[in-house]
Amino acid sequence: MTMIFGVPMAVFMGQLTLGLVNGAFYALLSLGLAVIFGLLKIVNFAHGAQYMLGAFAALLGFRYLGINYWLALLLVPLVVGAFGVLLERFLLRRIAHLDHLYGLLLTFGLALIFEGTLVNFFGVSGARYATPEILQGGLNLGFMFLPTYRAWVLVAALAMCLFTWFMIERTRLGAYLRAGTENSQLMQAFGVNVPLLITLTYGFGVGLAAFAGVLAAPLYPVSPTMGSSLLIVVFAVVVIGGMGSILGAIITGLSMGIIEGLTKVYYPEASNTVIFLVMILVLMLRPVGLFGKEA
Amino acid sequence: MTFMKKTLAASIAIAAASSLAMSTAQADMSDGEVRIGYLADMSGTYRDLAGPGGLTAMEMAVADFGGSVNGASIVISSADDRNSADVGANTVRGWIDQDNVDMVGGLVASSVSIAVTKVLEENNGLGIVSGSAASSITNEHCTPNHIHWVYDTYPLANGTAKAVVEQGGDSWFMLTADYAFGHALEADVTKVVEESGGEIVGGVRHPFPTNDFSSYILQAQGSGAKIIGLANAGADTVNAITTASQFGLTQSGQQLAGLLIFLNDVHALGLEATQNLLLTTGWYWDMDEQSREWAQRYFDEVGRMPTMVQAGIYSSTMHYLKAVEAAGTDDPETVRAQMAEMPIEDFFARNGSIREDGRMIHDMYLAQVKTPDESTGEWDLYEILSTIPAEEAYRPLSESQCKLVQN
Repeated sequence: MTMIFGVPMAVFMGQLTLGLVNGAFYALLSLGLAVIFGLLKIVNFAHGAQYMLGAFAALLGFRYLGINYWLALLLVPLVVGAFGVLLERFLLRRIAHLDHLYGLLLTFGLALIFEGTLVNFFGVSGARYATPEILQGGLNLGFMFLPTYRAWVLVAALAMCLFTWFMIERTRLGAYLRAGTENSQLMQAFGVNVPLLITLTYGFGVGLAAFAGVLAAPLYPVSPTMGSSLLIVVFAVVVIGGMGSILGAIITGLSMGIIEGLTKVYYPEASNTVIFLVMILVLMLRPVGLFGKEA
Repeated sequence: MTFMKKTLAASIAIAAASSLAMSTAQADMSDGEVRIGYLADMSGTYRDLAGPGGLTAMEMAVADFGGSVNGASIVISSADDRNSADVGANTVRGWIDQDNVDMVGGLVASSVSIAVTKVLEENNGLGIVSGSAASSITNEHCTPNHIHWVYDTYPLANGTAKAVVEQGGDSWFMLTADYAFGHALEADVTKVVEESGGEIVGGVRHPFPTNDFSSYILQAQGSGAKIIGLANAGADTVNAITTASQFGLTQSGQQLAGLLIFLNDVHALGLEATQNLLLTTGWYWDMDEQSREWAQRYFDEVGRMPTMVQAGIYSSTMHYLKAVEAAGTDDPETVRAQMAEMPIEDFFARNGSIREDGRMIHDMYLAQVKTPDESTGEWDLYEILSTIPAEEAYRPLSESQCKLVQN
């Protein structure tokens, strides 16, 4: 059998594939964070909780309203995103003129409230959300058995990442947004409603987190704490990629998933820390992040 | 006026007399109150196996006891250790220094319990560990200041691993949580598997807690072992079992052995994913009339059936209070000795007694998770297959490394 660094080729390829799937999650989540930070300068610590809310909305929607997975994938990001719009309009906007730290504290507090409330009602053991029938089973890739659902997650997450990148970097709406954050007074003088744009952007970022939550629901036990441990990793990804860089978040998310996946083979004890080691290295050598622009 | 004076004098005399009587009764209760601290993970991975439910169980015990011991009222305070040894140790230090807490109960994550019992030893306190699994808590980490109540990794390995090897599962791959509890369980399982004629062919130690188990499940699949032993607990176990079913682990002929599975885990995973799983438990709510009766009372309060840990918290608190009453003091050393003198026989523990190393030994049970067809209700989850007698279940004192045991 061909060996790569002392590990059979098949195992290596398998871990690479799984790393890519996890990386797609990181990419999707860090993308939302990067959009919100890049355009609104808000450090959204509620992102993990909003991801969790997405998974919960899918679960409860199915349990009480009979909403199936595909409908949830469409509706949940809209509903949770609308909730995000309310948060921005009534809370975040009031502190927009203050230091970033206040936004961080506010969103962190909100995250604790969302989590605590749900823990109170649902506990932490987690509930199961059934995989949609058409995505059950697995694909034999020769070197591994890949559950179909994970393959779907990879495709769906990447498609959503590309869509977001295209919207922001290649459309007129995206151009307005970017210009609005550069110089909002000038944009308003041109008749563009900048506050509305900002509110909608926050809603969109939150919707992205909820979308990732729905994707995650059939994979992991749906529990109120599912977002909090992920959040820190995702922040590290954003820092490595460069705060606010859209493409940076996507590429870094994928590559960190792979690095973490390989660590799980060679030295599993370090798999929770390896991303932070990379973060420290990047901060030392290139403080603006791999894809960040020098100020 | 004289009438007024007399009444006044009389009431002062009565007040003085009664306070005198009070102080004689409470002479040996430090500060006239018995203070119990409940320390557990109230919000994280291990919340559902002890957490707020365990606090309710403790409150039930205090209420059933009458709310006071020898005239001294019983006060409970509680704190969330957030599964951090530092937070736990500091909380208990504060409890002892500032709040005169007499006994610390709950105690879930093994790493927290080991740190807390060190603090208790330094400050001559008393702890009853109910939630932790590591058998090292009454082995190399034993102190004269704590008792380990519900279960530990030794009977888990001894019950489940032995039964699995006897059924033909003789090659194992261990999936171990990388901290005190996981290491202790892994060591105990390895010993039992090898002694029963099986072999450990590989393993991986994953960080605690872990979000995604897919990589480890893939490694387990590649190992070719017949049995994948899960030396982890709580959400990690639930997560690992869910992922294993997604990767078709059992369809490809491998089997999972959950070494520490709580009732709430099986409830969360559902019978479809867990059916036929073998496990060792210290107690099950539906094992007999006495247990059902208490469990029903708990259910009425909490809305969920109790885990063995929650039942054990009630049992240990009750035993502690009885010992305080019998000893007439809340002095830790005296109470600990009194507790060891009295046998434990209640709805939770059968043939229970406390050994010199602080281990409370009692009958343990080998159970199997029911199939969806066998189950008649939401909480009808286990079938008890056999009883492991107290004397056989736990690590024999002759093998003990505890400094309190003369070998």
